Order: sequence, then structure tokens, then C-alpha cells
Amino acid sequence: MLQAIKIVWQAIRQLSGDDAYERYLRHHAEHHADESEPLSKQAFFKKWQDEKWQGVKRCC
Amino acid sequence: MVAVLGAGAVSGIALNRGEPINALWFITAALCIYAIGYRFYAAWIAATVLMVDETRATPAERLENGSDFVPTNRWIVFGHHFAAIAGPGPLVGPTLAAQFGYLPGTLWILFGAVLGGCVQDMVTLFLSTRRDAKSLGQMARDELGALGGTAALIATFVIMIILIAVLGLVVVNAMKHSPWATFTVSATIPIAMIVGVYMRYIRVGQVLEASALGVILLLLAVAGGRVIDESATLRVLFDHEGLTLAWWVMAYGFAAAILPVWLLLAPRDYLSTYMKLGTITLLAVAIILLQPDVKMPAVTQFIDGTGPIFGGKLFPFVFITIACGAISGFHALIASGTTPKLLTNERDIRMIGYGGMLLESFVAIMAMIAATVLDPGVFFAINSSAGVVGKEAVDAVAKISSWGYPVTVEQMQVLAQQMGEATLFARTGGAPSLAVGMASIFGSAFGESMLALWYHFAIMFEAIFILTTLDAGTRVGRFMLQDILGNKWEAMGRTSWLPSVIVTSAVVVSAWGYFLYIGVIDPNGGVNILWPLFGIANQMLAAIALCVATGILVKSAKGKYAFITGAPLLWLIIITSTASWQKLTSDDVRIGFLAAANDLSAKLAAGLLPPDKAAVAPKLIFNFQLDAVLTLFFVSLLWLIVFDMVRVCVRYLMGKPVPVLTEVPHSFTRLAEEWVRD
Repeated sequence: MLQAIKIVWQAIRQLSGDDAYERYLRHHAEHHADESEPLSKQAFFKKWQDEKWQGVKRCC
Repeated sequence: MVAVLGAGAVSGIALNRGEPINALWFITAALCIYAIGYRFYAAWIAATVLMVDETRATPAERLENGSDFVPTNRWIVFGHHFAAIAGPGPLVGPTLAAQFGYLPGTLWILFGAVLGGCVQDMVTLFLSTRRDAKSLGQMARDELGALGGTAALIATFVIMIILIAVLGLVVVNAMKHSPWATFTVSATIPIAMIVGVYMRYIRVGQVLEASALGVILLLLAVAGGRVIDESATLRVLFDHEGLTLAWWVMAYGFAAAILPVWLLLAPRDYLSTYMKLGTITLLAVAIILLQPDVKMPAVTQFIDGTGPIFGGKLFPFVFITIACGAISGFHALIASGTTPKLLTNERDIRMIGYGGMLLESFVAIMAMIAATVLDPGVFFAINSSAGVVGKEAVDAVAKISSWGYPVTVEQMQVLAQQMGEATLFARTGGAPSLAVGMASIFGSAFGESMLALWYHFAIMFEAIFILTTLDAGTRVGRFMLQDILGNKWEAMGRTSWLPSVIVTSAVVVSAWGYFLYIGVIDPNGGVNILWPLFGIANQMLAAIALCVATGILVKSAKGKYAFITGAPLLWLIIITSTASWQKLTSDDVRIGFLAAANDLSAKLAAGLLPPDKAAVAPKLIFNFQLDAVLTLFFVSLLWLIVFDMVRVCVRYLMGKPVPVLTEVPHSFTRLAEEWVRD
């Protein structure tokens, strides 16, 4: 039961983008750790939001 | 088992005559048809026609960059995809089409989705996934030629304009002389800004916290509207004519297009997505709990083209009126470009592409139920404009009752009072009648005493994502325009250069603002003109997507399966061409644009119009002519693309050179079989 709630909560966080920064940090650590410092939470969130709203993202 | 139950439910709906039928049959029929379509047709297309390959790496894996290309769990992708494709369209279309009775619309929603809309979405998603998540326009250019690409771009832009205008009109009609609704809808703007500031500065990136705050504030705004409505001094502040509200909506659209995304657009989108998903779930639960009876007849006499909500015969206008929910070209824009960037494995294409559209179709079925559980007399009284049934309540009820749908002035007054509105006569656009339907379903399921709250909750729910579509659409229109202008004048193409931002936003807002303005001053309500135009435009975009898909299938030597997209394409060509033809040439002033223009000029010249109508007549005449030109433009564009597609196919079959397939070569996925990114 607790496991199920945890999975649903994870899904909600991921769908809404609540955990976007954590995922970005993980991606950065895996792939670009030696190239550059990761963005701050504030800078990442700004970039993420701007990108998310380019182009047709909503329909009729 | 599913097949037998489904067949039983469909024939139950179809053969039932004269007596009320339970809404549960609609749900049963829908779920069974969806199950059969998904299990057999979609599975067959995925395996045999598209040959999805689960060993193949998707663009999300190959081009992963941690921001937009990200392999994502399939349920999450499904959620994003559904939230993107489902807007107000499937709620409004079925409500308007209910004037033909419940049967024609329901059958088209079910079969149109299973055989047309779902296939379009799934195939487009597949093709884009195989082409590095390219957009529909790009695919059209690469696979068919420059003509297809340009057509897709123009079509998208024009549809956006018409769509925003008609949705703006729906909101304006819902707020007209309703202080409660106007307050609640206006309150959504500062609430979105509070949420935006919270996410940006107070608790950075805490999306869920901020959204929870926003949802609570929204519910308070719904309740607060009652206080406004009951206060004699405050209610005048929010009690406005349609035209005043239309100017405000335009000002809002302009502001939203130039304000930063984080302040208004993004937070508003969060709120509208939660509201949308929450309310639709609630509606499904309420219908299943309550099992209301559908009171609308299966088929009304209005299939002959004399309907009060919009003119035109059952064929082709039911297929034009219900676009979203059955087949919607707009989805092809989401299924290409956006969703493929998240797709982890090709085997999920069926669930996301086909399944996502099934769910949208289900939303349309629920809108149909909400419209048809009302007494038909009440339904027509709310949705028929004063220009059709008369300005006075007594005339309206007499006229509607004479059609065989009895309704009384008292009945409408009691209903309006229960809903906390001054009047419910001639509240065209679909939103008020849907809200009354939803309020009566929610009210019966969860407590009768709160009818007015439920009504305004439903209005707020529709308005919030209509306004989201409105500002997102204006912004997209602005970017497209900047892109086009940027080719000629470099500075205009810079999306952050303020003069360019202001000029292009103003152009886009005036384009849809014009149609909104005409819709508001039109004595027949405007929706009757704009909605069919939107339907034709949307079906034309669907036809472009299906042309691209059919062309690619033929070029991939899968010509014998080309019917999966070819057949819906043929149907769309037939209905859009017929509808356009009638809109252009019909002598009936309620159908033909030119007939209406000529009729009005004749009346104006003869001095037959009362002064208030004579004042707006020249504008209406010009608008009818403009609408005729637009219709001609749409249908010519459609035929041009179809010929281009046929030309490419014929050349291929004759062995002549055609644009080469741009499918990206196979590379093996390195993601494990049961791999889930979390």
C-alpha cells in the first residue's frame, strides 16, 4: 500500500515537473559531470519553463 | 464478451425510440467500442502496418539532453500527451451538435475516433518518432514537397486565429451580464500570477505546492463570486455587456502574449490542467453514480437543416461541428514534435497515440451526456439565440414549445435562480448549457443545495482552460509570425526584441479580435458562424496530417495498407468539401455566407432593418463575405495538398523519382527491457 502511494506520488511529481531539477542534476552528474557545473535551481527552472512554452503545447 | 456487450449497448442506444435511455448505456457502448478498437484495430496497425520495433532506439534515447529530449515512463508520457490534446473543443462541439439528437453525434464520436482520429494521432506519432521528432510541417515538406509544408504552416496559423476567436466568444457569452461568472473568471488571472511568483521567487520550482495554493484560491474565487453577486454595490463592477467583455478579453490576450511565460502562462496552464483532469474525473464518477436519464430524443427534426443553434443538415454538419472528440487535426501538431521527444520505446505508440485520443473521445461522450440530460426545451432555450427565437422570454418559450419541446418561462426562471444567474435564455456558445448539465449531474450526485456553486464551478472550469488556449495560442501565433517576418527582416525574427514582440502580438490579437468582435455584435450569436468555420479548418489540418501519413505509407511500399489513413482522409475530403460548398453556394441564409450577405444588403437597401440592426449590418455583410473567402481558401488548400499527395504516390507507383523517405536508420536501444526512468 505504502509502495503504491509512493509510486503514485512519484508520478504526480514527475507529471507536474515538481522533480524536474532533481532529474536534471542526475542527468548532469551522469553525462556532463566533468564538463561544467550544473545550473542553480533558479537558473534551471527559468530555462525549463521557457523551453516548455515554446511552440504548440496546447490544443483545442 | 466485450464485443457482445458493446454490440448490445450500441444497438440499445440506436434502436431506442421515444423513451428515456440511461446514460450508463452510453458509457458502456463507448468503453466496449474503445476496447475493441484498441485491442484489435490499433494492435493490428501497430504490428502489421507500422511494424513498431521495440529494439529500435527512439529520439528521446538517441538525442537525450536532459531537458526536452528525455526518455520518460509511458504513463507520464500519456499524461502529458492527454493534457496537451484535450482542450475545450470536445466539450463545446458535442453540446452544439446535440441539436440533432443524441444519436448522430454519439455515433460519430465513437466511430470517428476509433477509425479516424485515433489512427491519425497514432500514425503521426509513429512517423515523427522515426524522424527525430520532426514537426508535421517539416515532415510534410520533406516527404511531399514545399507545397505541403507551407500549407501546414498556413493552416496552423489560420486555425489558431479562428479557434481563439470562437473560444473567446464562448467565454464572453458565459460572462455576459453574470457578475458571479465574470468575477470568478477574472480572479483566475491574479491567482495565476500569485502562483507564478510563488514558483519563481518564494519557493523556486516547488510546482506542486504552488499549484495546491492556486487550486484553493480558485475554489475560493468560485465561492466569492456569490458574495459579489449578492452585494448591490459590487455586482455592478462585474456586470457588463458582451462587447465590453470582448475588449477586456482582447486586452488580456495581448498582455498574456507579451508578459513573461513564468508570470501568467505557465502557472495558468498548471491550474487549468489540474482543473481539467479533476473535473473530468469527477464528471465520470458522477455519471456512473447517478446514472441520469437522457431526455433528448435520439434524432430531432432539425436534421433537415432548420436547427436553431446552427443551420445545416445532419450531413455534413454534424461531422464539422464535432471535430475534437472524433478527429482533430490539431492533435497532429502535438503528436509530432512534442510527444516523441519523451517516448522511451516504440511499443508505447499505440497506448499513447491511440489511447490518448480514445480518452479525449470519452470526454466528448460525457459532454454529450451532460447536454442531453437536460430537458430538450431547456436545452434549446439556453442555446438558441435571440435572433432565432425572439428577444422576449414569452416568444422564446412559445417558439421552442411549438417545435415539440415544451418549456415554460417559470421553469427557466426557477432554473436561472437555482444557478445564481439573472437569465438563462439565449446563453449561446455551449458553455452555459454544459455548465447547467454538469451542475445538475453534480448537484444530484453530491448535494442539490449547491447548484449555483456547481454551475459557477463548471463555468470557471471551462473558462480557465479556454483562456489558457487563448493566451498560449496568441503566443504561438506571435512566434509563427515572427518566424515568417524574420525571413524578410532579421530583427523582427528575434523573439525577445520588444518592438517586434509588440507589433506581432498586436497583429495576432487584432486578427482574432476582429472575429470575436463580429461574433459579439452578431444578433444570431456568432457561434453559429464561427464554429463551423473552425470545424472546417480543423478537419483540413487533419486532412494534411492524413495526406502526409498516406503518402509515406505508399512510399514505404505499404500501399495495400494505405486505407487506414486513406479512408478517413477520403471521408474528411467529402465532408469538408460538401460543407464548404454549402457554406459558399447555399441559398439558405442560415447556411450560405454569400446568401446571408446578399439577403442582409437587400434588407438594408430596402430599409427593412430596425435602426440597431441597420447600424451593424455593413460590418456583418463584410464579415459574411470574408468568411466565404476563408472557406474557399481552406477548401482550395485542402485540394492542393491532396493532389500533391496523389501526385507523389502516382510517381512512386510508376517508378519515377519522389522525395526520399527521411526515416532515421535503425539503431539498437540500449535501454533495458523493463527499464523505467523515475
